[in-house]
Amino acid sequence: MAVPKTVGLETEYGIVHRGASEPNPISASSLLINAYLIAAQPSSPVTPGRGAVNWDFTEERPGHDARGGAPADALAPEIETHLVNAVLTNGARYYVDHAHPELSTPECADARSLVVYDRAAELIAVRSMSAARLLLPEGEEIVVYKNNSDGKGNSYGCHENYLMSRAVPFSRIVANATAHFVTRQIFCGAGKIGTEAAGMRVDDAGYQLSQRADFIEEEVGLETTLKRPIVNTRDEPHADAAKYRRLHVIVGDANMSQVATFLKVGTTAVVMALTEDAAAGRELRFASPVAALRQVSRDLSLRAPLELEDGSTITALEVQWELLAAARAYVDARGSDAVGGEATQTVLSRWETVLENLQQDPSKLAGQIDWIAKLRLLEAFRERHSLAWSDARLRALDIQYHDLRPDKSLAARAGLETLVDEAEALRAVSEPPHDTRAFFRGRCLQKFAAEVAAANWDSIVFDVGEGSLRRVSMAEPNRGTVDHVGAMFEDCDSAVELLRRLGSADA
Amino acid sequence: MAEREQIRKPAPASRERAVEDAPAVSERSSEIDDQLDDLLDEIDEVLESNAEDFVKSYIQKGGE
Repeated sequence: MAVPKTVGLETEYGIVHRGASEPNPISASSLLINAYLIAAQPSSPVTPGRGAVNWDFTEERPGHDARGGAPADALAPEIETHLVNAVLTNGARYYVDHAHPELSTPECADARSLVVYDRAAELIAVRSMSAARLLLPEGEEIVVYKNNSDGKGNSYGCHENYLMSRAVPFSRIVANATAHFVTRQIFCGAGKIGTEAAGMRVDDAGYQLSQRADFIEEEVGLETTLKRPIVNTRDEPHADAAKYRRLHVIVGDANMSQVATFLKVGTTAVVMALTEDAAAGRELRFASPVAALRQVSRDLSLRAPLELEDGSTITALEVQWELLAAARAYVDARGSDAVGGEATQTVLSRWETVLENLQQDPSKLAGQIDWIAKLRLLEAFRERHSLAWSDARLRALDIQYHDLRPDKSLAARAGLETLVDEAEALRAVSEPPHDTRAFFRGRCLQKFAAEVAAANWDSIVFDVGEGSLRRVSMAEPNRGTVDHVGAMFEDCDSAVELLRRLGSADA
Repeated sequence: MAEREQIRKPAPASRERAVEDAPAVSERSSEIDDQLDDLLDEIDEVLESNAEDFVKSYIQKGGE
């Protein structure tokens, strides 16, 4: 039986330090995040290594490969432990990754909840920019972009995470995940002018559906920064490793549209659940998955025939119709407990409507799908000013679609439908989800931040001044919810009392 | 290069004719056109003023 699809997003944002004589993206990212932490917790000034609750790296193993075998050390991603790295009261992690600010949402129980926390992450970025402005000299500003490429061959990711059963063979995950990831771009691509693929000139492709397709070079692999694969094999469950794996998805775009984020995560969660239960229809294997991924990204007609291993062809839309049919059959037969409960029916019906519209008239989706919304703006702007596609103003529009400043964001002006109201997202800036272990993490930080020495996804370390640190393990992503521990937090007035109630062992 | 492209204006005449032929649709589509016009006015206002420099200087380090 499929395990509940706990989901999360890790978004690396583009960053620009305007007005700086020698801009440095690492220090700009640090300043941005520290400015937020100071503004959010004015009573505890942030100094390096203390103040905000720090991330605990002891359980991080990004070099482990889901296909088994010992990882080659040279391939293991580097962890930069010295940079700002904080845990927020909503259960999120906010940190500097390489040369970008990155925010990982707390664990969410369904796609709708994840949309709430993704919007909360945007609001945190907006507040961070405002807070940074107060610290910077006149004329300087740090600006954050929610996109995945600079148009010059550099990419940064928006990674998705899905909790999966350890029992499912990884090869089965690869087959279904590849079919979905190659084709789901038709509704979750964020759109981009030109191409950055190796060996191509920027104008060799006009407008394409995806920001990321140009950067995907392998079918399956451990890498995330070069030779990026369609299916990433990082095997770091951040949970009981005997029971769980975490599918770490690096192929997708960051979305401005809430509908796109909802569908990206909702459809993938269902496809992964039916994969676990071996309930997929036929297994679709592309003759060349990487070529197919790029072909789909560059085919605005959505009708290009993609070659399958058996020599037949299929379109991206046809693959999506097949996956939707399998998803419907799966939910009819097994219910939706493993794929987010109530939100699932909305995922299925929206998935169907979006595919219908993509088939009949994609322009109808200009209020829901990023690549279509952006294309509409580009075409209208181009017509008004009679511009060539190579005009810098169109490229500026492309980038500025993803600008998170409310007074500059073009996505915010594109008439995109919203799925969650702003008040709910605003609450989620400081309040954790109630239905995953993020609740426990968030409440600990809300109530007992002074006693929390460090935290990470699956444990919290307390320093209650009794001479030893005490680690509380959270190996079950769906425990530590308000139902499990809500009353306990109400009863406990101190971390010592909480630890006594939990009966935790010394670390 | 941009100036040369500006000679190629769209042909508004054909669009007007289509509107005459289909009065029922025209009301809705002219409403949508108005909305789009307002949106384009706004984009004109907020779009980075020196697009060329902005695009050139938007350089990111690879991430992940």
